[in-house]
This record gives sequence, C-alpha cells and structure tokens, in this order.
Amino acid sequence: MFDFVSFIPRAVVQSIPLLYGSTGEIITQKSGNLNLGIPGVMYVGAISGVIASFFYERSAGGNVNSFVAILLPMLACLIGSLLMGLLYCFLTVTLRANQNVTGLAMTTFGIGFGNFFGGSLIKLTGADVPNIALSATSACFSRSLPFAGRLGAVGKIFFSYGFLAYLAIVIALAAAFILKKTRTGLELRAVGENPATADAAGINITAYKYVATCIGCMIAGLGGLYYVMDYACGIWSNDAFGDRGWLAIALVIFTIWRPDVGVLASILFGGLYILYLFIPTGMNLSVKELYKMLPYVVTIIVLIITSMRRKRENQPPQSLGLSYFREDR
Amino acid sequence: MHNKTPLIRLSKRKALPTSKAWGIRLLAILLSLVFCAVLTMLVTDLNPVKVFATMFQGAFGTVRKTWTTGQEIAMLLLVSVALAPAFMMHFWNLGGEGQILIGGLATAACMILLGGKIPNGILILVMTVSAMAAGAIWAFIPAFFKAKWNTNETLFTLMMNYVATQLVAYYVIIWEVPKGSGKIGIINQSTEAGWLPQIGSYKYLLNILIALAVTVLMFIYMRYSKHGYELTVVGESERTARYVGIKVEKVIVRTLILSGAVCGLTGLLLVGSTNHTITTTIADNRGFTAVMVAWLAKFNPISMILSSALLIFLKRGASEISTMYHLNQSFGDILTGIILFFIIGSEFFIQYQIHFRKKGQ
Repeated sequence: MFDFVSFIPRAVVQSIPLLYGSTGEIITQKSGNLNLGIPGVMYVGAISGVIASFFYERSAGGNVNSFVAILLPMLACLIGSLLMGLLYCFLTVTLRANQNVTGLAMTTFGIGFGNFFGGSLIKLTGADVPNIALSATSACFSRSLPFAGRLGAVGKIFFSYGFLAYLAIVIALAAAFILKKTRTGLELRAVGENPATADAAGINITAYKYVATCIGCMIAGLGGLYYVMDYACGIWSNDAFGDRGWLAIALVIFTIWRPDVGVLASILFGGLYILYLFIPTGMNLSVKELYKMLPYVVTIIVLIITSMRRKRENQPPQSLGLSYFREDR
Repeated sequence: MHNKTPLIRLSKRKALPTSKAWGIRLLAILLSLVFCAVLTMLVTDLNPVKVFATMFQGAFGTVRKTWTTGQEIAMLLLVSVALAPAFMMHFWNLGGEGQILIGGLATAACMILLGGKIPNGILILVMTVSAMAAGAIWAFIPAFFKAKWNTNETLFTLMMNYVATQLVAYYVIIWEVPKGSGKIGIINQSTEAGWLPQIGSYKYLLNILIALAVTVLMFIYMRYSKHGYELTVVGESERTARYVGIKVEKVIVRTLILSGAVCGLTGLLLVGSTNHTITTTIADNRGFTAVMVAWLAKFNPISMILSSALLIFLKRGASEISTMYHLNQSFGDILTGIILFFIIGSEFFIQYQIHFRKKGQ
C-alpha cells in the first residue's frame, strides 16, 4: 500500500521552495523579463539569511529570541534578493542588456556567492564551530501549530509545516488575484505582452519592470530561506539546494503562468521529485534515476502541447525576453 | 519651463568603429579586474599586484598547469563555437550542457559495449559518429518543435539538460564498477580501447588542436558560406528571410543539428580523451558558461578564443587563491559573475549614446 500519510508531507516540504521560486518568476515574466537568474537569486536569499542568523546566534549566545531570530534572517534574505533583482533590472531594463546572458551570469554569481560564503563563513569569521548549523533559528522557523500533533493524519498532512510554507501559499494566491483581477495586474500583463502599446497607454514601463522583477526576486529568495532554515534544519551544505531553481522555472511553464495553479502543481512536482524514494524498485537503483527525470519530461510535454494548441491565454508573455526601448519603434 | 528637453536623453548609435567598441569593452574588463582585486583583498591579505601574480601562478605556474589551462580553454571554446551559429540565428540554445552529456554518454556506451570487440580505429570512428549524432539529436528535438510550432526554445533546451543528466545517472548505475560504488571509474583501463590517440607525450594536444580547427572551420562556415549567410538573415529578421525565399524552418533545424553535433564532439573529447570516464557533472557547466563566452565574443568564433581564455584564466586563478587561503573554490564563480556584469553593462555604452541637456535648452 502506498503510504500517502508520509508521502504527502514530504512532497509538500519539497514543493515550497519550488512554489516560492515559480511565483516569483511568474510575476517577473509577466513583466516581460525572463529572469534565468532565479537559481542564483534563491542561493543568495538563502545564504543572506544564513549569514544574518549566524551572526545573531553567535552574539545571542544561548538565549535566542524567536521573534528576532526569524525577523533578522528574513530581512537579510529579502535585502539580498532585492539587490540581485535590482542588479538584473539595472542591466536589462536600464542598460537594455540581453536577458539570457544577464540571467545566466546572475546564476553563476549567485550560486558561487552562496557556496563561497557557505563554505568560507567559518574561516572568514574565525569561529570555532565545525559547520554551519543554525539549530536554534531553524527551530523557530519550523515551529508548527501546537495542535498539529494531536490531529493524527489530518494534522500531519495539513498542519505540520513551518509558517513559511503557509506564507508561500498565501503569496501565490495573492499573486494570482493581483495578476488576474486588479488594474495593477492588468497593466503588468500589458507591459509583458506589448510594452509599446502599454507605453502609449501611459503605463510606466520601467517602473513596472523594476518593481515586478524585484518583488519576484524577493519572493524567490524566500524559497531559498525556507529550504535552508526549515527543510534542511538550518544546516548549510554547499550545492545541497541543487537544481531546484531550474525546476521552479519549469514549474512556471507547467502552470502556464498561473501562481494559483502553482500551489497544487508544485506539490505534484515535489512529489515527482521524491517519488523514487517511495517506489519499490527492489535492488534496481538505476530506475530511480529515471524517475527523477519525470518533472522535466512533464514540463517539456506541457511546453509542446501549449505551443501546438496555440490558445491565446496559454502562451508565454509575448515580449518575454526582449528589452524595450521606446525610440526603437 | 515645461518644454525643457529631458536632463538625460538616449539615442541609438549608428555603428561605433570596432576599435572604439573594443576599447570600451577593454575598459570594462579592466575596471572589473580592479574591482575583483579589491574584493580579493578584502577576503585575503594579498595586495592587488600579488592577487594577479597568484592568479597567473595558478593558471600558468607550471608546465602541467599550463596544459590543463589550455585544455580547459579548448573545451570551453569548442562548446562556445558550437552555440555560436544558433545564437547568430537568435535561437537560444541553452542546452549545451545536455548535448555534451549525451555525446559523452554515447562515447562511453561505445567504449564499454564495443571495446575490445572491434579494431580500435573503427571503434574510435564509431564513437565519433555516435557522439556527434547523439548531440545532434538532442538539439534537433527542440529545433524541430521550434520550427514547426514555435515552441519556446530557451525553456525547451534548458529542460533537455536535466533529462540528459538523469539519463547519464541511470547508465552510470547500470555500468558502475565495482557494483554499488555509484561511479564507472576509468573505462578500459587495461586495454585502453577507445581512448583517443595521444600526440607525442602531450595528453591534451589533440583536444586543443581539434578545438582550434573547429573554431576556424566554424568561422569560415558562418562568414563565407551560403548556410552562414542564410542563418544570419534569419537572425536579423525572419520576415526578410521568408521574403527572399529562405526556408526558415530548414535553416533552424539544420543549424541546430550542427550546433548539437559539435557539442556532442565536445562530449567525445571529454570522455574519450580527457577523462576516460563519465559522470553527471562531466559537462561542468560549460553549456552555460559557453553562452556567456559566445555572447562576449559577439558570436565571432575567433574572438571566442580570447573570451574563453579570459574566463578560464579567472577560474583557475581564483581557484589558486582559494586553495592558498583555504577558501571555497566557488570564489572563481563570484569573480566570473562580476566581470560578466561589467562587460554586459558596457555593451550599453557601445550601442547607445547619452546626451545631457545643454544649457539653455
């Protein structure tokens, strides 16, 4: 019998970083910016939080105030990712650089930044600890609702997560609402579809692109923070975050640019990501590697089908990946 | 008061002379190097001169290091050259990583399954053909869908990378030696079947020569052949291309097959000549780094020799500094990122002119 009660919570904790990443990337892409720097941004968000909490835990000694322990890493994470977002916007919007190249450079930089400080923080600060283990901070982040333990399977499936998991869902739903139902969302989509028309309608293209991309980066950064503080129990290990950033970008396509669909789709992806742990393959370990391919294959299929069906509402934003220069028309 | 011209105004430059454009780029590189040196000083106690001396030491310090640097440059160059024609056509092939891996996988498969069963010369030929074919197929799939249904190639090729990675992981476990170790180890260690020949006593010379030859051929192909002309036109404007009777779909598929085949060739060299084994990380992010190398060189294969050399120099130099100071090896990625940001930013000043408001306007 397939063990759903232990499978679903594990799929959910896998899904949260993906959900943050894809919600952030959807908002970014709706403004016409194809930010391939998201994997890097998520690393930067994670390591910024780690650095802040590392210093806090050291200075606080034994008595960690849980409010400060959450606030400081979150602020650092948001600032770190915001800076990455600003860098991306400055290069692609203000200086009109190529988005793919800028994004890939940001990913190289961001992953390098994360691994460098993750691997050298102890050496640089001269601390006398063997590795970065922020257990006190992690305990604050992963604290679940007090009654979760008493509700059995229901509690385990729905209430056993840290607050960042619920925040991810709230942000995704809010993003979906704003994109679909508000004037701001309409204008943002107009910017991504056809900036020239939006410009003529009096919408400030630069402002929209900057704000959308920066907010997107900050949301994505939280995904990195969730991963290290909650999922990884506050222990930083280099490259542990893996290819989740790219998987988040895959999720954007899979959900056809809808953050609300992303809530369930990310759980599906998270499930596919760990499905190999639950499939009884006996001694044949190799098949498990093929299972790990599933999220990407599924994404490719969705990509192909949406392009074949050519339904207007399912297409990528029309000017995705292009910089806008008013005088170019 | 209301009719003032804006304080800062931009206009597109007609075309900056090449010398001036490269001057701006060089300035950007210099600025970024200064910035990198300052950053290095902050995390170590080296003075700026020492920083570059150490980096130079890391890249060219010994004969052995110099050869490794040469080999690294050659491999990065080969991938960049492979991507160039696709980029020229504005087809964003971000799947270099997967195409290298799948080429390497095909090579390894031939070495393992056919090694010792057929003469070595024929084996190497079979390896070459299958590696290039595998890479070509991996690029053909997204190209076909792009040509037929305009499927987004950036995202498609990106996903193909991970399919290839998992495929390699699958076969690594099937072929692992010894069982349970999770890696293949050196293939055909005793017989050396399928190992590409070594020129004299220089292990990496063959790779370097092949990379240079392909670079020159690609330059000629892109600059002087009809195919090269066609793909340039498609890149400039698809409508123009259709109007003058170029079959855009055909050009896309043909160019991507070429692009994938050269990536597959890189896989062949990495597995058959450099490492004699295959892992999931054998492409070592070259597929992505090459995107930046190709772009830095403005898609000109000859200039890519310089841009790939710059990035490899940084990588190996930074690695030396990290080793000396027991810092993490990722320091090189940070420096690479910074230099790229500077050069990416500098393109703006090549393409656009900034006008400030003059007095009285």
